[in-house]
Amino acid sequence: MIALSQAYTPGLKRKEATLIRKTRMLPIPGKIIVGVGDTVSKDTVVAKAETLGEPEIVKVCAILGIDPDQIEKHMVKQEGDGVSEGEAIACYRALFGLIKSDCFSPIDGTIESFSSITGQAIIRSHPKPIDIDAYIPGKVVRIIQDEGVIIETYAAFIQGAFGIGGENHGEIKMASETPSDVLTADRITPDCKGKVLVGGSMVTAEALKKSLEVGARGILVGGIMDEDLTDFLGYRIGVAITGHEKTGLTLVATEGFGRMNMLEKTFRILQRNEGRTACINGATQIRAGVIRPEVIIPIPSPGDASAAPALAEEELSGGMEAGTFVRIIQEPYFGQVGYICSLPPELQHVETESTVRIVEVELENGERVKVPRANVEIIEE
Amino acid sequence: MSHQGEEMSLILATDVGSTTTKARLFRYTEDSEWRYVISGEAPTTVEAPFEDVTLGVRNAVGEIEELTGLRLLSENGIITPRRNGDGVDLYVTTSSAGGGLQMTVAGVISTMTAESAERVALGAGAIVMDTLATDDGRRVFEQIERIRYLRPDMILLAGGTDGGTIRHVMKMAEVISSANPTPRLGRQFELPLVFAGNVDARDPITNFFGDQFALEIVENIRPELEMENPGPARDAIHKCFMEHVMSHAPGYGKLMKWTEVPIMPTPGAEGMMFQQLSRLYKENVLGVGLGGATTNVYSVFDDRFVRTVSANLGMSYSICNVLKETGIGNIVRWIPFKIEPAEVVNRLRNKMTRPTAIPQTLENLLIEHAVAREALRLGFAHHKFLAMPLRGVQVKGRDIGDMFKQFSFEETYLDMLRISWLGGTGGLLSHAPRRVQSALMLIDGFQVEGVTRLAQDSVFMMPHLGVLSTVQPKAALEIFEKDCLVRLGTCIAPRGSIDPMRESAIMSVKITTPDGTEIEEEMLSGTIKAIPLGEHQTAEVEIKPARGFDVGAGPGHSLMESVEGGVVGIILDARGRPVHIPEDEDARIEKLTGWFRALDAYPEKMLERGG
Repeated sequence: MIALSQAYTPGLKRKEATLIRKTRMLPIPGKIIVGVGDTVSKDTVVAKAETLGEPEIVKVCAILGIDPDQIEKHMVKQEGDGVSEGEAIACYRALFGLIKSDCFSPIDGTIESFSSITGQAIIRSHPKPIDIDAYIPGKVVRIIQDEGVIIETYAAFIQGAFGIGGENHGEIKMASETPSDVLTADRITPDCKGKVLVGGSMVTAEALKKSLEVGARGILVGGIMDEDLTDFLGYRIGVAITGHEKTGLTLVATEGFGRMNMLEKTFRILQRNEGRTACINGATQIRAGVIRPEVIIPIPSPGDASAAPALAEEELSGGMEAGTFVRIIQEPYFGQVGYICSLPPELQHVETESTVRIVEVELENGERVKVPRANVEIIEE
Repeated sequence: MSHQGEEMSLILATDVGSTTTKARLFRYTEDSEWRYVISGEAPTTVEAPFEDVTLGVRNAVGEIEELTGLRLLSENGIITPRRNGDGVDLYVTTSSAGGGLQMTVAGVISTMTAESAERVALGAGAIVMDTLATDDGRRVFEQIERIRYLRPDMILLAGGTDGGTIRHVMKMAEVISSANPTPRLGRQFELPLVFAGNVDARDPITNFFGDQFALEIVENIRPELEMENPGPARDAIHKCFMEHVMSHAPGYGKLMKWTEVPIMPTPGAEGMMFQQLSRLYKENVLGVGLGGATTNVYSVFDDRFVRTVSANLGMSYSICNVLKETGIGNIVRWIPFKIEPAEVVNRLRNKMTRPTAIPQTLENLLIEHAVAREALRLGFAHHKFLAMPLRGVQVKGRDIGDMFKQFSFEETYLDMLRISWLGGTGGLLSHAPRRVQSALMLIDGFQVEGVTRLAQDSVFMMPHLGVLSTVQPKAALEIFEKDCLVRLGTCIAPRGSIDPMRESAIMSVKITTPDGTEIEEEMLSGTIKAIPLGEHQTAEVEIKPARGFDVGAGPGHSLMESVEGGVVGIILDARGRPVHIPEDEDARIEKLTGWFRALDAYPEKMLERGG
């Protein structure tokens, strides 16, 4: 039996209620401090590790005014010795102590090495602790020895197209009435503090700034203009690797760039969950191993939820077939959604004169359109 | 290698790309020549949940099986050598999956050993994530932070000439050791470090690093200031790539057993074919691989080969980095219709977030082609920065005459008038609906001067042929000439700037076609035109440039040349260098529309929109 691969079809998930699993990994091996079956809150520390401290290179011989090959006899601390900030690590004495100079440690740490070629010593600061929290409330279902845990929860789950800012939490608050509203600054009020705000088709730069000012945690919106994003960040994003921005506000654009109505159903899911806590992450990475921004809203679990198959983060979309719900991701129908009517096997010409395999989609308004197969993404529900 | 061309009849080659695995089948025909037969493609399976590249290879090869009826796969992989009509005689592969070979390089002086190290790493097919030097303007802690953050697949350390001081290279070694970088493929993997510096530093380096790295010591990259010695370091990089990097990538252990030929990094193999092109015609060659994530530029000039990779200039994943680097104004200047710059930016952002989407409308095709021109321009600018004479060299015997020459030791040695070939490969160029579109993108991106032949890879098989050429050079060359190289034609473009306010004749050209027909053209400033001349046809041309314009024989001097045709023909380009594009929107649209119409580059209905 020859193993077969599965074709990757781009897709974004949108689940009203599903059992979801999140893997929480340490960047380096460490200690897991929860057990299988434990119930955790979003803030529970589940794993700990210690990273190597920062190195400090000290120019010992330059400071003492000696040749590098003299370093060994002037070091008062040896490799492996602990040192405190301001403590002498090497000294030079001549003429019965009349000429003297000392070299002090600039940090607390340990002497890692010194060299008779470079005349330098390396001092390593104390290790730094790393704590990994649960991010979502739920139950620990698996321990990955020394590396991390998997947490399971019942939740509404929405993947966005693009986002900025890292993991964040807040109560969902509707800041617009319809999926087509523009989220402007006047809609951001002091009671938005600590909240994850839901906009409609777009958020302005001013609204983003005001949200930050009042202490909102996140913005969930259909689209964003590039110029507003650049204005808010203060720089233009180059490649789509985000999540590290230190703005304090996490943004998830569910549809893309430009003014784009949030899909009606996505909007309704958020509306129904107003008042609940959302766990959101704007991190986006569009390379092999795609990471999309996400919204996880833990909801009460029905009795039989644990019997349902859990949605793993890396799970791939299934293939396209008649009836599959898709979003078109290129002009002239960019952003429109509909159901696949047919997948003709033969190659067809498109306006550019390219010959491609196409898919026929019935849009929500009943119109049937043909688009290249590469230009649709599956919306998994 | 036991294989001999005469005994072989079927060769399979794959390229495991970052998104797609591309299989190509080659056959030895009854006419006693090697030819390309068919392609099969499938998504690459390096990432979770598959984490085994051989699955993608199986699927791509499986497509070839379906199309040909041949049986090439067994449970154990590719059937080789052939038996009972099944399998192939040889299987070779390249790889750039998972981001290719990512390296950090370090040297002592930025413009000397560090620059040499960077050139060598690039020439070996790596993506250079950063180049560190003791004088790079960063403080030690910043260098340490940077090395830690990068997580390379391999480090190349150079520094010092043989017999010189070892102190500075040891200081750089201390910085690298202190950073203690984590390999991209995980902590359990021993990070390879190639040391190619001062020969006297070998023992101290070995003692200092201990077992911190998988250390490979080779000859000095710069044994003397006046000499660059790239070979040993390049070979060591390839060896470490196979032994340490590839063997740890998902599924590669299995893939390495399927082929007895070492797996090459894709750009390394691609570069080999551009070198092959230069050897074949004994001429200077420029080449470009315009990909979704990166732009690779290759030059073979007076037998000197240089490759550069612009890691964040590409047409899908990296499209917005092209925007960031060049600015929206430089992109819009190539668009022949009215559109708000903000709208263009949003469309490019959406392409970035959905990189696999392809243009369906002519509008979007033209926007992508505008970005491609800028990606090529920026990639070439980067290339020229490394295609420089060795710096730090004492120039002996420089007289007053040299001082008046334009040539400077801070400028590239690439003289566009002496570049005879410009070749392109990569999805956007290969898939352009009309070949003339890729010809024009290459001309505009590189601003070729003089008489330049244009070519492109037919269906993306240059990497395949590159790795094949390491064991079957004759087969690789035959396929390259007959099936890979699409001759687009020849561009004749005088060097010199035009006066946009005054229309004047820039050059007159007399073309004598193979059947003896004479065509005479007087080219006015700011115009472009194509004269049909088919592939493998040669015409004699006499080019008379106007005063101040140069086509290779000196300003104002006539040039007689035999030029080759192609699918586009002879392109007469009198738009000046650099190509002048009006700033006024209406004038720009009119000018671009005129150029595109003159070459029949895009459907008329689109050009009618422009005017």
